[in-house]
Amino acid sequence: MVYIIGFLTLVFLVLTIMVIARLQNVLKGVKSDDKTDGTPPGNRLNANLFILFTILSILGVIFTYVSAKADFLPEASSIHGRRVDDLFWFSMGVLAIPFLIVNFLLFFFSYKYQYKPGRKATFYPENHRLEIIWTAIPAVVMALLVFTGWRAWSDITSDAPSDSEVIEIVGKQFNWIVRYGGVENNQLGNYNYKLIDAQNEIGIDLTDENSLDDFTNNTEIHIPVGRPVLLKIRARDVLHSVFIPHMRVKMDAVPGMPTRFWFVADKTTNEIRAELGDPDFDYELACTEICGRGHFAMRMRVIVEDEASYRKWVSEQKTFLQTYPAYLAKVPDNLKAKAMKYLPAEPTAAPADSTTAQAPDAAAAAPGASASLR
Amino acid sequence: MSSLETGIDIVKVHDDEHEHHEQNFWRKYVFSEDHKVIAKQYLITGIMWAFIGIAMSVIFRLQLGFPGIDISWLRPVLGQWIDETGKLDPNFYLALVTMHGTIMVFFVLTAGLSGTFSNFLIPLQIGARDMASGFLNMLSYWFFFTASVIMFSSLFLQTGPASGGWVIYPPLNALPQASIGSQGGMTLWLISMSLFIVSQLLGGINYITTVINLRTRGMSFNRLPLTIWAFLITAILGLISFPVLFSAALLLIFDRQFGTSFYLSEIYINGEALPNVGGSPILFQHLFWFLGHPEVYIVLLPALGITSEIIATNARKPIFGYRAMIASLIGIAFLSFIVWAHHMFVTGMNPFLGSVFMFLTLIIAVPSAVKAFNYTTTLWRGNIVFTPAMLFSIGLVSLFVTGGLTGIILGNSALDIQLHDTYFVVAHFHIVMGAASAFGLFAGVYHWFPKMFGRMMNNALGQIHFWLTFVGVYLVFFPMHYTGIAGFPRRYYSFTSYEFTKSFTDLNAFITIAAILTFLAQWIFLWNFFYSIFKGRKAPQNPWRSNTLEWTAPIHPGHGNWVGDIPAVYRWPYDYSKPGAPEDFIPQTVPYSQTPESNLPHENEEIAMEKEIEAQNYNDQFKNAH
Repeated sequence: MVYIIGFLTLVFLVLTIMVIARLQNVLKGVKSDDKTDGTPPGNRLNANLFILFTILSILGVIFTYVSAKADFLPEASSIHGRRVDDLFWFSMGVLAIPFLIVNFLLFFFSYKYQYKPGRKATFYPENHRLEIIWTAIPAVVMALLVFTGWRAWSDITSDAPSDSEVIEIVGKQFNWIVRYGGVENNQLGNYNYKLIDAQNEIGIDLTDENSLDDFTNNTEIHIPVGRPVLLKIRARDVLHSVFIPHMRVKMDAVPGMPTRFWFVADKTTNEIRAELGDPDFDYELACTEICGRGHFAMRMRVIVEDEASYRKWVSEQKTFLQTYPAYLAKVPDNLKAKAMKYLPAEPTAAPADSTTAQAPDAAAAAPGASASLR
Repeated sequence: MSSLETGIDIVKVHDDEHEHHEQNFWRKYVFSEDHKVIAKQYLITGIMWAFIGIAMSVIFRLQLGFPGIDISWLRPVLGQWIDETGKLDPNFYLALVTMHGTIMVFFVLTAGLSGTFSNFLIPLQIGARDMASGFLNMLSYWFFFTASVIMFSSLFLQTGPASGGWVIYPPLNALPQASIGSQGGMTLWLISMSLFIVSQLLGGINYITTVINLRTRGMSFNRLPLTIWAFLITAILGLISFPVLFSAALLLIFDRQFGTSFYLSEIYINGEALPNVGGSPILFQHLFWFLGHPEVYIVLLPALGITSEIIATNARKPIFGYRAMIASLIGIAFLSFIVWAHHMFVTGMNPFLGSVFMFLTLIIAVPSAVKAFNYTTTLWRGNIVFTPAMLFSIGLVSLFVTGGLTGIILGNSALDIQLHDTYFVVAHFHIVMGAASAFGLFAGVYHWFPKMFGRMMNNALGQIHFWLTFVGVYLVFFPMHYTGIAGFPRRYYSFTSYEFTKSFTDLNAFITIAAILTFLAQWIFLWNFFYSIFKGRKAPQNPWRSNTLEWTAPIHPGHGNWVGDIPAVYRWPYDYSKPGAPEDFIPQTVPYSQTPESNLPHENEEIAMEKEIEAQNYNDQFKNAH
């Protein structure tokens, strides 16, 4: 990196000095007499600078690319991610051709056809054949790129396979919260934004049977390796965007409009740590839609693990009800018995139950829960 | 009677008449209805905004290049926005990013570029006394000025200016409790932009009407300079798309002030569940980008028009493929209306819609490619004079190609998944839309400065300015592609919170240094500009030996532009280096009958038309009652 900076700074400096030094002469030339041979002031110098610029920028592009490459993201850890990357570098390769040719010709012609006294430019207003050719070629290339891109896009955005592990992720100012379907039925329960309060941060609706064993996490998201994962994405305040750079995953979180993205991560955290030789490496999840002051710091760790350890981790999680037993008050009577399973074994749970059993709607029994109910 | 000598014999009559039109200072320089004065007002306001806007970017670049840098020396300017340790406040960082975007896109590159040159060049290049409605034109500037004052005053609010990004997506920008910038700053932003839209519409109606109705005798559409074609199409784009932004802004105002739910649904914020349901934040994005994408071309097309004119003049060659250039302008303009959702591939929009918009977006590359090829071919076997204007035009083509190509990547929805809202996008649009259009602005100023102020800008300083800016722009924005590929998200206050953004610290520092140097280089321009207004070398009648009509007007054109009759036009504007002609240019006012030695066979047939052209009415506003 230091080399790039050094190199580019040098380029800049050299150019500056050259231009200023040479133009100083030009300035003097202008003062003494305007036209010696009719060449406009500074013309030759500018023509030469175009050639210099061409050479230096080609070197610069190659050099900086090679050194920057080391800091690019490692090979994608998801199946669609590698496909996207291949497509990206293929497109970049295709586009590098016109980039180099047109820029080169532009600067080369500028040099070659600089003003010469007595020469007359060629009157060449049009050439239909030429124009048809260079309309057709980009059209064909575009068709190719559109087709490959469209194929990839359709596959990536197709419906998630039915065996997908479904995980809900909710963005808020300024962190992410994930919710899992739970230890028992692995089904996500309903939610309602009006149920949100200080503890129930994502508005889990405990009148739904499926909610009873759901559990949440505010700092890390665990996903199984080699199996489709479907992220059900929502936001509770403003727009956010789920971005897992190493998986090439990105999808906005929109209040009032749940979105989704599915992918297959096929490299566990341990595998990539070994591969990169970096025992501290972690997959990360970031926000890429401006959401306010803390937008730049919504980090969540992503842990990819094999099925067995994933299952083990899931089974060890405390359900939402276990963490906040007071919310048993919100569970309707017919599900109370079932909900008891997910409560901590301590006797403290019992009083909470008995006080609210008579009046299921008396939200006041759960002080935290009542705050925002309306 | 109306001889071909373009009415020099009637000079005296009009001179006398002109005496009566002498106006007081306020009417002449401030509340002027003269398109030339209004153009200069736009230009100078635009330049002032440009320096403010770029200075803002330098401040936030300091934070990005050197995270946590002590900038307490800026406290006299930024005050409370610098905390006790001398660091930039994260909220104000976002405000700077937002204001930089708003100012540069709307106030500099829309008003400053299109406002200046459409106003200045349309009447002069089509042969009109003034705009169709001088009063609306004046109103247009003063609406812009009011919008400017309001936007500027929002910088001084206790809660700061708008800070939700220049695209002002709700709910962030709809809810005052979501961010301090969404409080008073956002209110002023919306008022300012609403006035700005009014200004654009008044201007646009005027440009279109003038081009259609006030062309001089013989100035048929196929003889219009490409600048005018570009301005006309730009004005049409603006007229169709700005009202949509207005509606988006209006609905946002309703949501903010009157409790409606156009964009709000199921929101829990600050310990409170809001009652709004059924709205859609995505609706706003559709409305915004329905303007937002044409806006890119509203900014870019005038620059391309200016470039076409300057490249042809200074290569001493006709622009290659005049008709193809017009066709591609129209093609780009049409397509620009049906590609907006490529900004929204990952917003949760239906993926099928994504496919459609990817297809439409990539089509736009075809007319753009045609333009780039045509510019390059125009240089081929030319006799190129590197005036500063020409240098900036060549630079523009290079930037247009470089930045345009990465657009093909971003327009591909599959690739956009990873690159959306990363620095790759920042690099892309700064090169193709920001820098390219700014180069168009510079090129235009250097080229038409003699016509505006009757004096020349310093050539050598112009060339130095070009090289520093050209190299600087590439040094700033080219490396951003690398950070984008590495996944760096945009609008981040710092890159210290994530492991994957820990790399490239040197590169970010480098970008910042390059940005500062490039900013400093702009002061050369500023000096050159203002110095030359007063002390520049006196301009000759036609300094660039150009064909277009404005150079037949007096060096200091008065109100009404031409003394005596408006000249008639007999040929297209690109007869440069015509075989057989004694000079390497033949102005549009020279009839074919005077140039038998250089006429092409079909042009000899047009000699018969000359009588017809002369017999047409003068189309002179000042001769009719007004």
